[in-house]
Amino acid sequence: MVGIAAWGAYAPRLRLSRKAVVTANAWVAPNLVGKGKGERAMANWDEDALTMAVEAARDALGPADDRSHIDALYFASTTAPFADRLNAGVVSAALTLEKSISASDVTGSQRCGLAALAQALDSVSGGSARSALVVAGERRKARAVSALELDCGDGAAAFVITAEGGAADFLGRGSVTDDFVDHFRGNDGGFDYAWEERWIRDEGIVKLVPPAVKRALAAAGVAAADVAHFCFPSTFSGMAATLAKSLGIPAEAVRDNLAAVMGEAGSAHGPLMLAHALEQAKAGEIIVVSQFGQGAEALVFRATGAANLKPARGVTGSLADRQEETNYLKFLIFNGLVDWDKGMRAEKDNKTALTTLYRNEDMILGLVGGRCRETGVVQFPRTRISVAPNKPALDTQEPYRFAERKASVLSYSADYLTFSMAPPNHYGMIVFEGGGRIMMDITDVSPGDVDTGLPVKMVFRIKDIDEKRGFVRYFWKAAPDRSAVSAQTAVAAE
Amino acid sequence: MAQGIRDKVAILGMGCSKFGERWDCGPDDLMVEAYIEAMNDAGIEPSQLDAAWFSTHVDEMGTGKGGTPMSIALRLPNIAVTRVENFCASGSEAFRGAVYAVASGAADIAIALGVEKLKDTGYGGLPVANPGTLMPQVMPNGSAPGNFAQLASAYRAKHGVSKDDLKRAIAHVSVKSHANGAKNAKAHLRKAVTVDQVLNAPMIAEPLGLFDCCGVSDGAACAIVTTPEIAKAMGKKNLTMVKAIQLSVSNGYESQYNGWDGSHFHTARIAAGKAYREAGIERPREQISMIEVHDCFSITELVTMEDLFISPEGQGWRDVMDGFYDADGGVPCQIDGGLKCFGHPIGASGLRMLYEMYLQLQGRAGERQLKDPVFGMTHNLGGAPASNVCSVAIIGQEGA
Repeated sequence: MVGIAAWGAYAPRLRLSRKAVVTANAWVAPNLVGKGKGERAMANWDEDALTMAVEAARDALGPADDRSHIDALYFASTTAPFADRLNAGVVSAALTLEKSISASDVTGSQRCGLAALAQALDSVSGGSARSALVVAGERRKARAVSALELDCGDGAAAFVITAEGGAADFLGRGSVTDDFVDHFRGNDGGFDYAWEERWIRDEGIVKLVPPAVKRALAAAGVAAADVAHFCFPSTFSGMAATLAKSLGIPAEAVRDNLAAVMGEAGSAHGPLMLAHALEQAKAGEIIVVSQFGQGAEALVFRATGAANLKPARGVTGSLADRQEETNYLKFLIFNGLVDWDKGMRAEKDNKTALTTLYRNEDMILGLVGGRCRETGVVQFPRTRISVAPNKPALDTQEPYRFAERKASVLSYSADYLTFSMAPPNHYGMIVFEGGGRIMMDITDVSPGDVDTGLPVKMVFRIKDIDEKRGFVRYFWKAAPDRSAVSAQTAVAAE
Repeated sequence: MAQGIRDKVAILGMGCSKFGERWDCGPDDLMVEAYIEAMNDAGIEPSQLDAAWFSTHVDEMGTGKGGTPMSIALRLPNIAVTRVENFCASGSEAFRGAVYAVASGAADIAIALGVEKLKDTGYGGLPVANPGTLMPQVMPNGSAPGNFAQLASAYRAKHGVSKDDLKRAIAHVSVKSHANGAKNAKAHLRKAVTVDQVLNAPMIAEPLGLFDCCGVSDGAACAIVTTPEIAKAMGKKNLTMVKAIQLSVSNGYESQYNGWDGSHFHTARIAAGKAYREAGIERPREQISMIEVHDCFSITELVTMEDLFISPEGQGWRDVMDGFYDADGGVPCQIDGGLKCFGHPIGASGLRMLYEMYLQLQGRAGERQLKDPVFGMTHNLGGAPASNVCSVAIIGQEGA
């Protein structure tokens, strides 16, 4: 039965303390002090909707080299970095998916994550795709000192849809489309403009969401009373519970919307809550996920409880990998909300030669190097003449993927001289198990975190931003493999 | 091995500008300053020059490209001028070109001149380089100190040296060079510093603090070379001979093949080995009288002592701490103050190092003069430890 074969999730490691935000802003916005509880997921400067979506997808796909089974890709976001460049194309290249896949960006509303999921389910049901990958990522954009800034969080989720499913069977879908404008954001990249909350709640959510959920339940042939997990993201307190009550869904089915621990990740949040429910649902339990936005989308699944399909990280793992951030100014700078003096070293021109990018696409976006078929020597980048000493074989290298390999730090520095959005800039020589090495940036670290021998994993991140031309350059970076560090520490303690 | 150039070329004259923040000068003024000193030292007329090699590295920062900047600044008599650039070994590369021209017989007298006007770039530290279209898409947004600092972490890991011990050893490197530079009127930085000052300086790139990094300066240096026969015919005595020049360039082994441990310079060991063979030196620790090495950063100098086979591997830091490389030590290093005190106008540095070795061999180093030096060695590194250019040159007394 068509359904979810695998899933994954991602939340950035940094969690901004809401108390730090409201304390800093209390002089100008004392009304926000009451929202100063918990924390929100805060993207690092080098993370965006695309990079987080890639990380969620890697969690869903696992470390296997062969991803040729994926033949359709849907990327959902309202904060994608490109308005006219296929963002899904970047995801595809980063994941080294086949060139023959279909790919589309789904956007324009907070429910686009679920819309993309529904489209993937449709395409597999209809037979146009055998195995579709759906990724939703969101890096929320909000003005400083706004309530939205406190409510939002950044994150991503991903699902693999197949005709066989495995993790959850797809039972039914319901939609409502109505141009109810609770908020909007123009195409100039500005900020959200929102209308009154009571109107949004009473005329929007309360009236538009239930019909979608009812249609989905009807299509699924499931009674509301049988729903075990009701996923509905909303920043309005008790909104999901109100809807559940009106729908006849048991109160205990209403799931935690993670507002306290990560905030709401926009169009990725419905998918995130679904991913979270899948991690906890027992075999046979019914999951309903719905999200509001110019109408509503609702999907019904029945979990299989297959524990062996759980992702390595998932929502639970992402939330556990956490670093508190109390520096509100850092958040503002990371989000481009402060015009700060970056110094002369930031003046370098970051224009990307698109010819070079395309010629080296698998190397730059996919972290694909080479492996000599005669000597087995692995190297990055792939070159016509092998780097193997005394064996400069010509044209013997085959593509070799580095992104999922375990690695460690050979040498490093923490550089205060060079321009960095998060100084000091950490980088070093990274050596890979199985061969190969790359001098690369090290991200998600603070001074003192890095030393020779530190286990690291590869993460897809923003390399540079060309502000002059509005281009975002991506590459891979090393991040501490904190689970490997914990394992090392445990062994050492024994 | 090829026959080499040992004793085929003599240094006829050398010159060196005052290094420092030369706000009053353009690169042409610096070139003239070094050139006039070298020409007076050689005692020749411009019409006697057969060919010129010109080294400058930083793109379009005052000097411009090609051979014309040197030819015009010095009003050379329409001779061949070849601009060379090989990162921080550019000055040594210019010297190599001039020496090879004379050794081959293609030129009777050749001139090598290097210059850099870094203080017109607006940066503290070297300006941001332009590495082409591919590298910026993958390489870290790093700096020279950040690249060289990595030697420290790998050296510590390989040899089991503690962070504190290594930091103290590299601090001694800087203290020693400042003590030497204080005696040199042409040096940029002329104040002695203490170990505590070095240890407590602001961090630039872990573990390198401010005093672990060489200065950024303007400067020029120049060498005029000829055959020993011509030099003698001109009445020159006490000739300073070129014994060896070797250059080794990374081929990607360090950066792409898992064989290099990051704690040393692969190329430096190759260049040094070849230079010793060319010069006929078998026991460098005993035979080399003095060295000028590429102390862009204190950790670079420390590992270089092992790469030049003067300190045993893993023991360089102990030799440094024991004062073996101090002015009164076994092999004095950076007698003139080194890059540490002269700063590093890239195109000029290799020739500036040779200038000090030449003065010492001529017995003209004033209060820095060492007792009876026989062989002086210079060493340059360009690029970064994982991908670099290394030059090693040895000059010495006639007949040595």
